[in-house]
Amino acid sequence: MQEDTRFGLDKKIRLMGPVQLDSGAQFAPLDFAYESYGTLNADKSNAILICHALTGDQYVSSQHPLTGKPGWWINMVGPAKPIDTDKYCVICINVLGSCLGSSGPACEDPATGKPYAMDFPVITIADMVRAQAILLDHLGIEVLAGVVGGSMGGMLALSWAALFPDRVRSAVVIASTARHSAQNIAFHEVGRQAIMADPAWAGGNYYAGNKVPAKGLSVARMAAHITYMSEQGLTEKFGRNLQARPDGSEGAKSFGFDADFQVESYLRHQGLSFVDRFDANSYLYITRAMDYFDLAEPHDGVLAKAFAGTKTRFCLVSFDTDWLYPTSESRRIVHALNAAGAAASFVELSSPFGHDAFLLDTPELDRIISGFLSAGEGN
Amino acid sequence: MSRLRPDLAIIANNIKAGSRVLDIGCGDGALMAALRQHKNVDARGMEINAANVSSAVARGLSVVQGDADMDLDEYPDKSFDYAILSQTLQTTKRPDQVLDNLLRIGDRAFVSFPNFAQWRIRFALMFGGRMPIMKQLPHSWYDTPNIHHVSLDDFRAFLKKRDVTIEGQWFLSGDKQRSSSMANLLAQHAVFLLRKAD
Repeated sequence: MQEDTRFGLDKKIRLMGPVQLDSGAQFAPLDFAYESYGTLNADKSNAILICHALTGDQYVSSQHPLTGKPGWWINMVGPAKPIDTDKYCVICINVLGSCLGSSGPACEDPATGKPYAMDFPVITIADMVRAQAILLDHLGIEVLAGVVGGSMGGMLALSWAALFPDRVRSAVVIASTARHSAQNIAFHEVGRQAIMADPAWAGGNYYAGNKVPAKGLSVARMAAHITYMSEQGLTEKFGRNLQARPDGSEGAKSFGFDADFQVESYLRHQGLSFVDRFDANSYLYITRAMDYFDLAEPHDGVLAKAFAGTKTRFCLVSFDTDWLYPTSESRRIVHALNAAGAAASFVELSSPFGHDAFLLDTPELDRIISGFLSAGEGN
Repeated sequence: MSRLRPDLAIIANNIKAGSRVLDIGCGDGALMAALRQHKNVDARGMEINAANVSSAVARGLSVVQGDADMDLDEYPDKSFDYAILSQTLQTTKRPDQVLDNLLRIGDRAFVSFPNFAQWRIRFALMFGGRMPIMKQLPHSWYDTPNIHHVSLDDFRAFLKKRDVTIEGQWFLSGDKQRSSSMANLLAQHAVFLLRKAD
């Protein structure tokens, strides 16, 4: 068979769209950066879309071009892995608003020749999904065997099932929620304020100069990173342990404001390394989209109505130490799916690692996902 | 279906092919898997134990982790042909409410439970003076999950008061089915097929 250049690693395409946004605006043109693994079968029935998290990207199972690190879900996606690329054609698309190649505030606005910055339209999770649907149309994929996502990716997977029920045979939603809570919004607001309080942010117009709001973005990342870990996980990893001093001597209090504690040093490192791979304005736009997310809102607050009559099979997984999107939020979705008569599976897994557990190697999660996806074959 | 637990085999043999089934307390999904394979049943399950749920989902079954006492209210009325509660009734906090939900959600309900009035238990209490521990009820009084023991006659009286029709009943001693005569004294297990008029 002739090789189809629409598929493969590190793909980029500009499509004319437009995508209709929840704000009422339309957006075009649409740049997409995406990757695919495995081969689409003849009847195009083996496509699985993976939706990445807030600061994630399309490099699910291949080396990240900026950090050089292996793919963020390499333990889950690949040949003979739970999401088996020998069986499925796995696609992952950088979301609208992000900064790894898909349209976002850092991209050049063709109308002005300058980066969009804050002229980029405010988007929602549903907007991201509608944009992805435009790319899938281009790829000739009408129906997805599965949509899989953790955290924000789970919100996209739920939205896919709610917006395009006929295009989604199954949805896997891990460590996620059907709405952002006041606490979720509050943490995001801290992050956004940190970015916007950085003088280098300059109202979002920092692209021309040589300074980016690195301080603000790294503080935003530090605050968010705390929410990704459990107290137990932090305690096990760092406790009250002190850093070794720069001269190599054993840890001692500096009676100053250096990173005395290992946990401080760890967070600072997380913040600083994040700045190298992520755009501050994208962080504003995507956190905003997550805060606006409430799947029940267009349905008079009744979540079950979002899934009325659905034929999609659902699998939800939560983690007992995840306090960002706790089990109670997954259970709320399960209740709605039961009320809608949907085929739903749900389990709370035990892990000390909090929200981040979904990215780590969890044999039980592997077993559940591969079993759930296999059960949908031949339908 | 020969390897199913005897009460589950009775349930499986009496379910119409192609029906919709909710199995509450489905364990690792053994009954659901058998129904799917042999009777083309659309089976959904609920199970409280996470490891059991994981095993069931891994074999491709639709099972949610949940508690019969807490998580049945959302299911719409008559959304299943059968609701099944096997060996779970006696472990619930409010068996009456669970049964109400069962008969509301299912057009019919299968309920199986150990009969606490069987002669072995009567003897153990009468002559031993201690809470019985046996193969069928292996726990001590302080760690047993079975917090609402019930006899066949208790259960029948309960059904009568609530206008629930018994459409079928089966009794077991050990792994063998037995007659209904003196079942309250002689049967170790019972399986009921119930229906509540609308």
